[in-house]
Amino acid sequence: MKTYLRILAGLVCLGVIVLLAIIFVPPQLTKPSEPLSADWQPAPGQGEYAMRMADCAACHTAEGGQPFAGGRAIESPMGTIWATNITPDKETGIGNWSLDDFRAALVDGIAPGGEHLYPAMPYENYRNLSETDIRAMYDYFMNEVPAVNNKVEETALAFPFNQRWGIRLWNWVALGSSGFKPETDAVASDEQLARGAYLVQGPGHCASCHSPRNLIMAEGGKTAQDDGFLSGGVIGGWEAPDLRSASSAAQRWSAADLKAYLTTGRNAHTAVAGEMALAVKDSLQYMTDEDADAMVAYLHHIVKGERQPAPSVPDQSLSAPRQIDNATDATSLKLAKGIGLDEGEMLYMDNCAACHMTNGKGAAEVFPAMSDNSLVTSDQTTGLIETILYGAEMPSTAKRPEKLKMPGFAERLSDEDVAALATFLRKGWGNDAGAVTADAVKAVRH
Amino acid sequence: MATRTDPKKDVVILGLGWTGSILGMELAQEGLEILALERGEDRNTVPDFQYPGVIDELKYGIRYGFMQKPTKMTLTVRHNTEQTALPYRHLGSFLPGDGVGGAGIHWNGHTWRTQDVELRLKSYVEETFGADIIPEGMQIQDWGVTQEELEPYYDRLEYMMGISGKAGNINGEIQEGGNPFEAPRARDYPNPPLDNTYDAELFADAARKFGYHPFPRPAANASRAYTNEYGMQLGPCNYCGFCERFGCLNYSKASPQTCILDALKQKPNFSYKTHAEVLKIEKAADGKTATGVTYFDEKTGDEVFQPADLVLVCTYSLNNVHLLLLSGIGQPYDPATGEGVVGRNYSYQMTGGTALFFKDKNFNPFIGTGSVGMSIDDFSISQIDFAEEGFIGGSYITGGHTGGRPIQQLSTPPGTPSWGQGWKEAAGQWYACKMSIGSHGSNMSYRDCYLDLDPTYTDRHGRPLMRMTFNWKDNDIKMTQFMKGKIEEVAKSMNPDKMASGFKHDGSQYDVRPYQSTHNVGGAIMGTDPKTSVINRYLQSWDCHNVFVMGASAYPQNTQYNPTGPLGALAYWAADAIRKDYLKNPRPLM
Repeated sequence: MKTYLRILAGLVCLGVIVLLAIIFVPPQLTKPSEPLSADWQPAPGQGEYAMRMADCAACHTAEGGQPFAGGRAIESPMGTIWATNITPDKETGIGNWSLDDFRAALVDGIAPGGEHLYPAMPYENYRNLSETDIRAMYDYFMNEVPAVNNKVEETALAFPFNQRWGIRLWNWVALGSSGFKPETDAVASDEQLARGAYLVQGPGHCASCHSPRNLIMAEGGKTAQDDGFLSGGVIGGWEAPDLRSASSAAQRWSAADLKAYLTTGRNAHTAVAGEMALAVKDSLQYMTDEDADAMVAYLHHIVKGERQPAPSVPDQSLSAPRQIDNATDATSLKLAKGIGLDEGEMLYMDNCAACHMTNGKGAAEVFPAMSDNSLVTSDQTTGLIETILYGAEMPSTAKRPEKLKMPGFAERLSDEDVAALATFLRKGWGNDAGAVTADAVKAVRH
Repeated sequence: MATRTDPKKDVVILGLGWTGSILGMELAQEGLEILALERGEDRNTVPDFQYPGVIDELKYGIRYGFMQKPTKMTLTVRHNTEQTALPYRHLGSFLPGDGVGGAGIHWNGHTWRTQDVELRLKSYVEETFGADIIPEGMQIQDWGVTQEELEPYYDRLEYMMGISGKAGNINGEIQEGGNPFEAPRARDYPNPPLDNTYDAELFADAARKFGYHPFPRPAANASRAYTNEYGMQLGPCNYCGFCERFGCLNYSKASPQTCILDALKQKPNFSYKTHAEVLKIEKAADGKTATGVTYFDEKTGDEVFQPADLVLVCTYSLNNVHLLLLSGIGQPYDPATGEGVVGRNYSYQMTGGTALFFKDKNFNPFIGTGSVGMSIDDFSISQIDFAEEGFIGGSYITGGHTGGRPIQQLSTPPGTPSWGQGWKEAAGQWYACKMSIGSHGSNMSYRDCYLDLDPTYTDRHGRPLMRMTFNWKDNDIKMTQFMKGKIEEVAKSMNPDKMASGFKHDGSQYDVRPYQSTHNVGGAIMGTDPKTSVINRYLQSWDCHNVFVMGASAYPQNTQYNPTGPLGALAYWAADAIRKDYLKNPRPLM
């Protein structure tokens, strides 16, 4: 018995020591992934480009706020996390940070003084950033971004999430090795694929939304070697679609269409909405042609199985007959005839068909198709309901500046109307997804 | 006195409609710092034109939701110099727009090129028929620019707007199904014609039997999805029938909003202010240049002086003239002596039409689009023997309808009671059974049709209102009566059950109450002689070389067509002259 107690006391002591160590012993910071001389200087624009690719603005610029001055609320399952001020302001920003501090935040998720950042900061992905990009971004933030004195609200999550030392444990389990390494020889040996993989896994941090979260809320998959990598996630009730299965939109679309979607927010099939609109607006539209091609090539390279053919799009050639005249599917024919329509079909004709057409195909780059549209058919119906209620706007991009905007119908349609309409959309034109209830609409309406 | 002076800009643009947007886009590419001042409100497709709010005929069609408000800005009107002009207190005959996009949001979208003879009308008439056929008091002039010179700029405009149509003459080769009387063009329209309505087809069939040459009216309503040179996009038109007086809910009608503005707003060197009404263009002490403009800032109540190196006057044509008169740029025109230029040669549009009622036909009038219809140019200016017919002018004639709105597009045959049970029955019986054939004709310029400052009435800023002196003249009434004959002949051949014509006739006086056309042109006309024009062939003021005046105020007389095509082409033409020539060495270009 005494021995037992002694062992127990020993274990408790050990536990306390380990816990104190976890809390108080500073973690080891990751060293630069490549040697760069101290006087290395980025080329003009290189830092800004690296920042664009990493999309720092998406979180660190508040709506209507000064660039990078923080203050944007990021809703997480643990509570609201307030994005920090990353302008070079010495008092409220990162003006006092050294390069090593900056690197530690990006790569290890550790702020100066050893405080752990919440993983809303995607250091799981930024761990892959090259030293060149880190240096270039540091230079950009220190020398090109105007300092803004803006004290943002402190993130104050409830217990136990306010015990930041816990993140250290999480990091041990969740984080992979640092520094980007192409996952296969095929990727490593192809310069374009390697660049694409770097952009996707590193600065682009695609996995932070498009990979499912595992039991400890870490990204399920770091590279394409992992089955879960980019196999789809959920953000704010919206589906961040699977990008890898052979039947996914990203794989079915042509390279040109995927590139157009990423860089202009629209393509022959659909248009960007939800959080992805911000990624296009603040980051992806700035990709060089070569980088966009590399990203697309890599995404198509990591398909599971064989890419399925693209959904049909209306013939846009000048001599083609009008698209609505040659539809043959049952939904299109019924809508065109206009006889015996049910509630959902009537609502579609009254509210949607002017743009999205009776054939559900919309118009290339202007009006998204309803058929074969993952937003419409997703198991996560929040995105569809939100779009019907509050509309959606395409971001203004360099190649496609027009903010084509769908109006919201919240004022015009009741919860029951929206449910009937959404249910029709999810069944029409060969779509095959479950009904939407009025309660589901009520839960989204605000 | 200005209560505030703002930092200087390279360019100030007055009015952010079609021409202001075009000039803004072109000059922004030169890296100039540009500020556009717009007196009205900002407008975007969503929410301002969104479905279903915008298809409210009472709010926008009858109560003029998108138009200039006469309480803030109007003019006075009279028929001749003997009369005292009275203010146009309720919009009727013409409907100037305001707000971002200007009239470019609420037009129908008819987008024509002038005929080559129209641009040198005086020379053409003198060479072909002799100067003595020009009636006493008629004051027609050449434009100072030729169709050949403008062709590339028409082309740019049409491809920017995504016009739907069918070419009739590509580099001199006549194209089957297009307008054989149009001037040569370098290539076809960017989009195929809109689908026709039934009545347009009926008219085209009837016209062909007379040996005429029907073709689809060129339309700024996109027949399919389209992307222009600025990356701006149009969606395919859904034929909702709410074009004229309305903003397009469907991103289908070409407007500054759908074709230019989001691209322009991306330019860091471009900015714009709404609720900024320009009161005066300020001149330098020597009078040879402008120093900027003074505007009224509606939001703060300030009068603001905005200095600028280049002043681009891009407001509605009538307001362009008003601003020049108020600013003392160019000598005001005096009809008694014929001297002076500002206000000279105001002209309008001579229109008429015949309604046809068929008991056994259904035209589904609610299916329409602003410009759909089949037109003929067989009686256009270039096709008529003026000496034989006894008038100078011409028309294009169109069969078709633009919509079937319940208030303004519901007509009943003559003899129907105007209210009560009888009206209701007739409205029900004839709503879907009526079609019309319309004449859209020229209006010449005359010595005593002009614009000047009113001696009595002032606006809310205390500035004199502009005065319009205008009436119909025999020449143009003869022209429209000629068209009436041609139209009724075709109409009768179609065997309608009932027919009703409305054309100006002997003794017709200009009436400001019924809507006729928002095609007010002239008053700040272009030309090659500073004694008879306000601006030179590059739309540059003869008096102040850093002032350029865009828009239909430049037309020395009206063409037979809708004015947007030429004014857009001229905007690109002037922009080119500014970019390639003027900026390098600011000076009078002629």
